[in-house]
Amino acid sequence: MSILDRELPGVVMTPDNIRTRRLPPAVNVGVALAALVVSAAVVLGTGVGNWVLVVVVAVVLYLVGMNVTASRIEGRRAARNRMWQALIYSACVLAVLPLASVVWTLLSEGVGRLDGDFFGTSMNNIGARDPNGGAYHAIVGTLEQVGIATLMAVPLGVLGAIYLVEYGRGRFALTVRFFVDVMTGIPSIVAGLFVLAFWVLIVSPWFNDGQPRFSGFAASLALTVLMLPTIVRSTEEMLRLVPGPLREGAYALGVPQWKTILRIVLPTALPGIVTGIMLSVARAAGETAPVLLVAGGAAAINFDPFAGNQSSLALFVYQQAGDASKYAPARAWTAALTLVTIVLVLTIAAKLLARRNSLSR
Amino acid sequence: MKLQRSGYLAGIALTATLALAACGSDNNTPAGGSGASAAAGNCVSGSLTAQGSTAQKNAMDEWIKTYQAQCSGAKVDYQPTGSGAGIQAFIAGTADFAGSDSALKEEDQPKADAKCAGGKAVNLPMVVGPIAVVFNVDGVDALQLDASTIAKIFAGKITKWNDPAIAGQNSGAKLPDAAIETVHRSDESGTTDNFTKYLSKTAEADWTFSNAKAWKAPGGTGAKGSDGVSAKVKGTKGTIGYVEMSFADNNGLKKAKIKNGAGEYTELTGESAGKTIAGAEIKGTGNDLKMSIDYATKEAGAYPIVLVTYEITCDKGSAKAKEIQAFLKYTSSTGGQAALADLGYAALPDAVRSKVETAVAAIS
Amino acid sequence: MGDYPSRSANANAGGSGVTARHARPAGTGVSPSSYEEPPFGGGGGALPRKSRFSMESGFRGLSVAAGAMVLVIIVAIAVFLISKAAPALSDDTVNFLTATEWFPNETPPRFGVAALAFGTLLTSVIALLVAVPIALAIALFLSHYAPKRLATPLSFVIDLLAAVPSVVFGLWGRDLLQEPVRDFSVWLNKYFSWIPLFGGDGPFGQSILLGGVVLAIMVLPIVTSLSREVFQQTPGMNEEAALALGATKWEMIRTAVLPYGKPGVIAAVMLGLGRALGETIALAMTLGITFNISFNLIETGGNSIAANIANSFGEANETGRGALIASGLLLFAITLVVNMAARAIIYRRREFRDSTA
Repeated sequence: MSILDRELPGVVMTPDNIRTRRLPPAVNVGVALAALVVSAAVVLGTGVGNWVLVVVVAVVLYLVGMNVTASRIEGRRAARNRMWQALIYSACVLAVLPLASVVWTLLSEGVGRLDGDFFGTSMNNIGARDPNGGAYHAIVGTLEQVGIATLMAVPLGVLGAIYLVEYGRGRFALTVRFFVDVMTGIPSIVAGLFVLAFWVLIVSPWFNDGQPRFSGFAASLALTVLMLPTIVRSTEEMLRLVPGPLREGAYALGVPQWKTILRIVLPTALPGIVTGIMLSVARAAGETAPVLLVAGGAAAINFDPFAGNQSSLALFVYQQAGDASKYAPARAWTAALTLVTIVLVLTIAAKLLARRNSLSR
Repeated sequence: MKLQRSGYLAGIALTATLALAACGSDNNTPAGGSGASAAAGNCVSGSLTAQGSTAQKNAMDEWIKTYQAQCSGAKVDYQPTGSGAGIQAFIAGTADFAGSDSALKEEDQPKADAKCAGGKAVNLPMVVGPIAVVFNVDGVDALQLDASTIAKIFAGKITKWNDPAIAGQNSGAKLPDAAIETVHRSDESGTTDNFTKYLSKTAEADWTFSNAKAWKAPGGTGAKGSDGVSAKVKGTKGTIGYVEMSFADNNGLKKAKIKNGAGEYTELTGESAGKTIAGAEIKGTGNDLKMSIDYATKEAGAYPIVLVTYEITCDKGSAKAKEIQAFLKYTSSTGGQAALADLGYAALPDAVRSKVETAVAAIS
Repeated sequence: MGDYPSRSANANAGGSGVTARHARPAGTGVSPSSYEEPPFGGGGGALPRKSRFSMESGFRGLSVAAGAMVLVIIVAIAVFLISKAAPALSDDTVNFLTATEWFPNETPPRFGVAALAFGTLLTSVIALLVAVPIALAIALFLSHYAPKRLATPLSFVIDLLAAVPSVVFGLWGRDLLQEPVRDFSVWLNKYFSWIPLFGGDGPFGQSILLGGVVLAIMVLPIVTSLSREVFQQTPGMNEEAALALGATKWEMIRTAVLPYGKPGVIAAVMLGLGRALGETIALAMTLGITFNISFNLIETGGNSIAANIANSFGEANETGRGALIASGLLLFAITLVVNMAARAIIYRRREFRDSTA
């Protein structure tokens, strides 16, 4: 990629159809302006569309115009190069637009209910005409469900990764690794259905006199299924990055393998493992479908994750979004802002931690 | 060093969680408390869960708010999951009583009776909810429709707002040449059941889909719950839908005037709906008070599309009989029914209400 | 020494799993579990005797069990879904795979997934058609065109897009994107209604187009980040050889980068497809929910398996729940096949690359 970027004055580039003249920037700007003017005249003049169509047609005209002018001055191949470059640049602009829109909407609509009332009260006793009401019960639910899911998924995932790296050999390990990767693609609703079919409908009646019961714990089970593959994969990658000589030094000193793993390998890989855990926690916090299916969605505060319906922040956003009261959209957006803030803080912290991780630099 | 930092972060997280756990409360004081009060001494502590009709959601929310404010040990949770789901939950045992816009069907009666040790499951009418035909059309503030036109619109036979059938009944209105988007309930709903029952009884020629909780006619858009339908109609131009009156009022939706059996276009109010209910007959026996509504009522000034929401519970043998009785005693009292007037419901006519009170007193 | 595993190309620890190491456990060769008696007995002191049930075998057993749990969970998912779906399927009075209506709570129950499966596939195809070209362009930009100072923050931002929960996208799509999409649909209908995709005169708005576009925004980060890694791993020798022969930058990309990265890109697209197939909440909030099979993209309507489960779950009775679980089973099978195929491509590619490196 370096040769073309270095402009050596006076050096003639390869012959064929790359000619020696470069397109002056003025021509570039000129073609762009001409495209804009022509497009505006045509589109607005005939009334075929609005300013969006003007921009689209202007871009198309610009590309065509550039191709023609550049192939006259620089040669066909160079012109094609320029055109593809312009296409790629415009695609990037296109992709940033929705993200910017989402962030802008979250901030502008979400600040409406950023008050202590929102974070301190629940939706208990709130009717359609009541403007107050908050998401405290949902925040508590999210924290508890994600917390329990983390407590279950982390040991299981880390041990599984230890197996894959340290003890696994042969086809069984290959199968396990393959299916861990496949598991990352399980839709969250399928995980919810599984916990519904298994835990809520079959197991929970044993503890509840024969009646199936929704609970926050069931949601935690579903979230564990979703978090597990990410934790296994990232832990496995980190464990592999631990230098072999570090392990072998320990073996040489007579440390048993299990102790080497626990005392030497894991602590070395810990920042990376924590990164992976934080990323999967961020994902779990944002899941709506499993909570919708198995946690019941309560309006009142429920501190007990094993009994009674619980809500979660993502489910709260979904429910308020479907509520027709005129105070509901404000609640939905503020809750969405809270949720996105939590998720983004976790993700950014995880990535910053990864950047500082000496193992993977 | 790295462990130290992780421990530090964990400590912060734990402290934040504990701080969060300390604050926050459930007791939302009712904004602008309602005037009705539960009779002193009528409180039974305990918790109830109920599920069912979304049409009575606003009524339930209001009642629960007042009841819980006055009975500090009582807790009632009502999930508006739809009439069909409510009955299923009652049969499955996950709900103590169900709210349903249609009475228990024959095939469900034995399953529901099985939940009542030594008794039967009874239908107690509690909420009268008129069904409004709501619309959102640019530049049109009032609309008059008769049953046959409504049936044709929802069956997909009339597709444009400026169709002669509509224009003929609304001579002053500027109807646009736009497509009609009908909105129906995508979930199983007693509101759908009652609305389609009205259409099949009053416009048999145009409505061939009979009546059911699930929407059978092709076309249109489905929205979930009365909330979904209201939100959809409110947010989209050119839509027409059917929702319970309290949802229409809460969201400021425009309601159409409907032609009743006497040939006049009546506006939907608490009294006009009450007139239709007053003419309904009670079909149930003993303490089961299921009613049959005359949709083709010839009563002057009566609004014909109404529904009654029943609370389905055991007359004997429910585990939570005392709590249910205390709550329903409040809702069927004159005070409880009066509270509904502001919310877009009609109060039960006194004759019916006193029968409900008697039935509630008999719950054991 | 072959024991130093290669470093990953960028600090994406914990991110995608495309660049996992070659399947060789680190530190093989000498491990205490294969320790044997030294040739000269004694030596510097008595060595511990290896007993049958020690911490070592306990720990090892624990980690094997944890690894096996993954397989157990996948099998359990299949087993429990089948067990709850079978009664409903046997009660169904119409063909489950070809019927389009969905009335499982009636008597007799009639339900079929034809319309749902069609909607799932159509929305995913539209999402991929919209997202893949843009994702590849961004990936090329990040790996070959952007200066380092711009590339790192921009790829960071794209990864953040992947972290935003789907319910937020659903809310944004339904409240904000609906108007522009409706205007676009009206424009399309005005000038292109001779194409069946854009025909009809019904109301426009919550259509397959809206759902597909929101889905595209959600699939974009996955395909971008995986493709970017693949493009970054093009051997520098191939690139510089093309440039040395006089290729322009685009020609270099076309001849050295894209063909090399094709399997990786295909795998990335399939993973994006897997995510699009399973997306629930965003589609439940943006589609118009009708149960019919129609290629019309802009009219209000459309439904998908996952969106139907989210919408119909609340009021389903036992047969209804079984019907939803049956449709979920179908979804599980489809996503399993797609994901397995994608991972198989990645694995074969990695072996090929590692063996020639």
